Amino acid sequence: MEMITVKFDGQEYQVPRFVSILEAARSVGFDIPTLCHYKDLVETGACRVCLVEVKGMKALTTSCTTPVHEGMEINLHSPRVLRARRHSVELILSNHVNDCLHCTANGRCELQKAAEKCGIREIPFEGKMTTPSIDRLSPSIRRNSSKCILCGRCVEVCKKAQGIGILDFIHRGFETVIGPAENRSLTQVPCIYCGQCVNVCPTGALYVHEEVHRIQKAQVDGKHVLIQVAPAVRASLGEEFDLPIGTRVTGKMCTALKRLGFERVYDTNFTADLTVMEEGTELLTRLKKHLMGEKVALPQVTSCSPGWVNYAEYNYHELLDHLSTCKSPQMMMGALVKSYYAQKNGLKPEDIFMVSVMPCTAKKYEKTRPEMRHETYADVDAVITTRELGDYIKSCGIDFLSLPDGEFDMDLLGDYSGAGALFGVSGGVTEAALRTVYAITQGHEYGKVVFESVRGLKGIKETTIPLKNIIIDGKRSGINLDLKIAVVSSTKNAKILMDQVRAGTSPYHFIEIMGCPGGCINGGGQSFIKPGLLTFQEKLTMNDLLMKRAKAVYEEDASRPIRSAHLNPLIQNLYQEFLGYPNSELAHKLLHTHYHPRTPFPNIEE
Amino acid sequence: MKPISAYAKQRLSQIIDHYQTLTTPLMMILSDFQKEFGYVPLEVQEIISKRLDIPVAEIYGIVTFYSMFSLKPKGKYVIGICLGTACYVQAAQQVANRLEEILGIKPGETTSDGLFTIDILRCLGACALAPVMVINGKILPHVKVNDLQRIIDEYVRKEALVHESAH
Amino acid sequence: MNRLTSIQNLRDSLAQAKLDYIKLLNGGKVVFVCGDTGCLASHSQEVKEKLDELVKAEGLQDNIKIMYAGCFGLCSQGPFVKVYPEGTLYRLVKPSDATLIFEKDLKGFGIVESLVFKNPDSGAIYAKQEDIPFYQKQKAIAMADFAPIEPDNIDHYMGIGGYEALCHVLENKTGEDVISIALDSGLRGRGGGGYPTGVKWRYARMQQDPQKYLICNLDEGDPGAFMDRAIAERTPHIILEGMMIAAYGIGAIRGFIYVRAEYPTASLRLQQAIDLLRTKGLLGEKILGTEFSFDIEIRVGAGAFVCGEETALMASIEGKRGMPRSKPPFPAVKGLWGHPTIINNVETFANLPYIFRPGGLEAYKAIGTEKSKGTKVFSLAGKIKNVGLVEVPMGTTLRELIFDIGGGIEKGKKFKAIQTGGPSGGCLTEDDLDTPIDFDNLIARGSMMGSGGAIVMDEDNCMVDVAKFYLEFICDESCGKCSPCRIGTTRMKEILDKIAAGTAVMSDLDTLKELAIFIKDASLCGLGQTAPNPVLSTLTKFYDEYKAHIIDKTCPAKVCKDLIQYRINPDTCKKCGICAIHCPVNCISGVRGKEAYVIDQMACIKCGTCLSSCPFDVIRKV
Repeated sequence: MEMITVKFDGQEYQVPRFVSILEAARSVGFDIPTLCHYKDLVETGACRVCLVEVKGMKALTTSCTTPVHEGMEINLHSPRVLRARRHSVELILSNHVNDCLHCTANGRCELQKAAEKCGIREIPFEGKMTTPSIDRLSPSIRRNSSKCILCGRCVEVCKKAQGIGILDFIHRGFETVIGPAENRSLTQVPCIYCGQCVNVCPTGALYVHEEVHRIQKAQVDGKHVLIQVAPAVRASLGEEFDLPIGTRVTGKMCTALKRLGFERVYDTNFTADLTVMEEGTELLTRLKKHLMGEKVALPQVTSCSPGWVNYAEYNYHELLDHLSTCKSPQMMMGALVKSYYAQKNGLKPEDIFMVSVMPCTAKKYEKTRPEMRHETYADVDAVITTRELGDYIKSCGIDFLSLPDGEFDMDLLGDYSGAGALFGVSGGVTEAALRTVYAITQGHEYGKVVFESVRGLKGIKETTIPLKNIIIDGKRSGINLDLKIAVVSSTKNAKILMDQVRAGTSPYHFIEIMGCPGGCINGGGQSFIKPGLLTFQEKLTMNDLLMKRAKAVYEEDASRPIRSAHLNPLIQNLYQEFLGYPNSELAHKLLHTHYHPRTPFPNIEE
Repeated sequence: MKPISAYAKQRLSQIIDHYQTLTTPLMMILSDFQKEFGYVPLEVQEIISKRLDIPVAEIYGIVTFYSMFSLKPKGKYVIGICLGTACYVQAAQQVANRLEEILGIKPGETTSDGLFTIDILRCLGACALAPVMVINGKILPHVKVNDLQRIIDEYVRKEALVHESAH
Repeated sequence: MNRLTSIQNLRDSLAQAKLDYIKLLNGGKVVFVCGDTGCLASHSQEVKEKLDELVKAEGLQDNIKIMYAGCFGLCSQGPFVKVYPEGTLYRLVKPSDATLIFEKDLKGFGIVESLVFKNPDSGAIYAKQEDIPFYQKQKAIAMADFAPIEPDNIDHYMGIGGYEALCHVLENKTGEDVISIALDSGLRGRGGGGYPTGVKWRYARMQQDPQKYLICNLDEGDPGAFMDRAIAERTPHIILEGMMIAAYGIGAIRGFIYVRAEYPTASLRLQQAIDLLRTKGLLGEKILGTEFSFDIEIRVGAGAFVCGEETALMASIEGKRGMPRSKPPFPAVKGLWGHPTIINNVETFANLPYIFRPGGLEAYKAIGTEKSKGTKVFSLAGKIKNVGLVEVPMGTTLRELIFDIGGGIEKGKKFKAIQTGGPSGGCLTEDDLDTPIDFDNLIARGSMMGSGGAIVMDEDNCMVDVAKFYLEFICDESCGKCSPCRIGTTRMKEILDKIAAGTAVMSDLDTLKELAIFIKDASLCGLGQTAPNPVLSTLTKFYDEYKAHIIDKTCPAKVCKDLIQYRINPDTCKKCGICAIHCPVNCISGVRGKEAYVIDQMACIKCGTCLSSCPFDVIRKV
């Protein structure tokens, strides 16, 4: 790497050549305060916090936008610079609602951190505030523009990373607000509730609707309260307790949940295994029809990501029959608990309160879908995020870090294979499905259990699995099939593949689509990875942080004694005792669903 | 909001086609539609969004950024008051205030009978005629505060005559 | 329309056009009627139509030609009519005067004395344009000598020397030569920044990327400035010729003219001129058989002052909100759609034909001051007698501009200040009147050149109110991207509102100054960086006026609504009751013919209707 010499506050340093002042300073141990800056997402210098003084420039300049050059002389903390940074933050605070102590972002707010770093002690510029836009209609994501600092990260992530663009800057000047078209509620535009915007929002302007209080109400009402936990949660929950990003905390998590007093602590990975069985069978059915020359909706597309399902319902009305009819693992668990578990324990479904801990914000919406509810009860009653669980554990006075390792309940539901554990990361569903589909069609396990080609965080991954002399309905067919599979994450990449399907040019049999870039490990409900909240060391490696969570998920898979869904004894038991066989009538009734086309911008009365 | 007419849809399609050889033609499309139909409602934004593959929120953000684009139809008579510096120092603000009082609306708004809209303009470049008022493109020079009632009355009378003769 | 396929073709056309134009002005009667927006609003169209009618009625179309010309500059004396071959300039021509001009002048019976300029003191008559004092100290380069030509007539433009420079450049100069000439000329950007044009062009030329763009900034957002509009409406070709020379120099393949939405006529004239050039072969592929290919497209704005800032302008062309971005990278390196782009102001382009014609460089360098060569067009407006467009050599003093050319303050009032640079500039006062105008001098005196808006203020203008006006404009036009400008200017405006309402305290001035210095230092773009200038300038030069508002709670100039009252003089009131009839809130009481009228101060909304309707001038602001 080419190095050059610059001066910071009169002293010479060797820094890389083709970087910004901010990065150059970081390379030698300076952490200039920033606010709106988010690497590769927003590097516009809009907040005017990272200001520095450069010799030869009349005005101050933002260090995140200005490249260094040989011999540049920069002052990082002269009185002029420090005063200007303070004023930038003070002005933002003068147009910011002052409810830090009861805000969802309290302790997780980059503006709080900036105010701390810049030494704010007063707000000398008081005056009117921008007219607030408050949207509390959605069960998932909510907005309060009086906390917005107009950094534009949410706009960029929704537009560039997700390829959707629900949010943008509207109006001009002091009345500028970030919102959807017509500043509608998120419930009236094609927002899929993936929560990527919440993951990048520096303050509490975009936040997730919290449901922990529902658990407590259910307990007071004397309900039978049980909980399930998604695979990606355990790869992130530790961060809520300041453990390094990607520390796998399955053991402590189970102990904490047990101590919180839930009747059962089940693992959603169990129903992930179940999804593999149901969806794998569904795929084989479609393949069989296809091989027999029947018209059938191929490629089959996964449906366990509710954000992706929302996206499909808004944008691909005519392709909805490509989606697997399987419910997501969360909803399958809810359905089983309110039927099988209820029966087995002599309970009425109305008296059971099913809580899910999810890395996902769209799942808060998913549980409200009419297909997931019955006349007098819902399959899942409350969904809380990883962050909410962390808060709940703390508010109950449990010291997470000192907990011994515990286990999930595995009496009826809850034992899981490594396959189910993989659902938390992009490519996981595919790998899990392949282990079973291969076994069924080839009559023996796939030699190596890990399908490397679908691992990692690349947005679009492909693989072809040659299947020879496929077993259909228990008999060798003599047919060979190269099973073509694509794995995508983020709706931006989903669009590319679905447009192919629409045009009739898709070469695949099976497409896994996760709504969030990288999969559930990067869901809208996970612990925040935001620049202002990271340690100095973490800031230097921001791009690699997500991969650590992925590794935790792979570790979980590797740690399981059983690696494939069809070999999970509890799953086998469930079919024997209750469901019969995959895609049976009962399985269809409980574990499958259907989808509806949705209007992106419905007419609303003024 | 009322849906746009089939004619407006057709014209919109023609406008988009007309500019298809231009790189990033969005401003030209919006300007032409605004000029011809007086507003750019969400329905039009959705159509443009599909044709140009730009998110609707982005188009809405552009329509609300620029003063010349209107989300609601304007009144039959659009009254522009110039508040450029040259007009301002010739007491144009007083003229603007008085007009708001007479019509009972703020700049950007339209009277409930759909007759008048007030727009604040920033310099038409006719500074020798300060203070300048424009009604539907017709420039009225050297407007005084006590001319306003008379001017408005004239237009109201004109409307009443049109209304009468239609019956 | 004959297409030109070689430089020789063009040369021949130019020679012919010059002959034709001389013939036109020295033959039978030719009448030019000003068709600029301002004069049109004063019924110049009816003047021309009436003249057409009269000529046609007597079948004299072959002997008497009536046509439109562009702005004559002295807008407050419009509509203008100029008659050749004598070159008589008539002003304030009403449609009813058309008959007089036709019967007397056009029929050869001499000039109409009542319609020519008259010196108000000596009574001397100035029938010819060049004798009129208004024009004496001017040097019209960008305004093309104020020569009367039909705006949409390329032959007229060529007749006054147009396209001579382009021809010379294509025939004898390389692109590198063009850059050298630009550098040598000392030409500085006329949009306000005053950046050396040649330096900017050289950066762009140096870039490897072959896809280079040239943009003409016709956003002219400064309220009170209309030079660019006039240049575009009267001589669209001068802009196009300038653009072609610049494009040749930097190696641009496409040009854009960004026209603000409020200038539809300018847009139309430019488009017509572009279409004409394409037909003639002067725009397009391999122009006149050379390797130079260039074409121009018009793009429109939609009402955003900030789009005058070059990065916001490019964002607008790219179909986005006009929000500026940080520099570096500079547009010359990475601009429109990521390619090297040069943005220049209309007036900058309008100077190029003069500089690049044979002998032009030396002539140009001889005009102006050492660091500011050439001339500057100002739109002189406000409380001045001669409102209009003037073009003066750099080095002309403010005193000359305001009093000799501008005719001094109207209505016998006292000069207070002249505001230059629009919302980015400052005020110059009595003490600054002998300053020779140039880029650096104006900055040294606390203002800046700006695009050319020069608003004259008199004793009846309140400088606190002026500062508040500019801030309100900035708050409206701020794009909202960066916190210092978005929030800071609103906070500054709030303080000024308090000062104007008489509710401020002296420490508010400290806060105001602190904010102003911070916003200048920390804003993302030029709009924010210069927004505090009017406040800082008036705070320095009119501190006492601010103090009066705060400590005495009075507005010395009697402008700020909350600090004044309208009073009817009870002794001189003629009891006519007209004021009461006009009062919109019925707060004036009295008895017609019997009792003097009195304004109820509690109910009065300070609209000023009573004062402007009183026929006896007995109402005052106190």
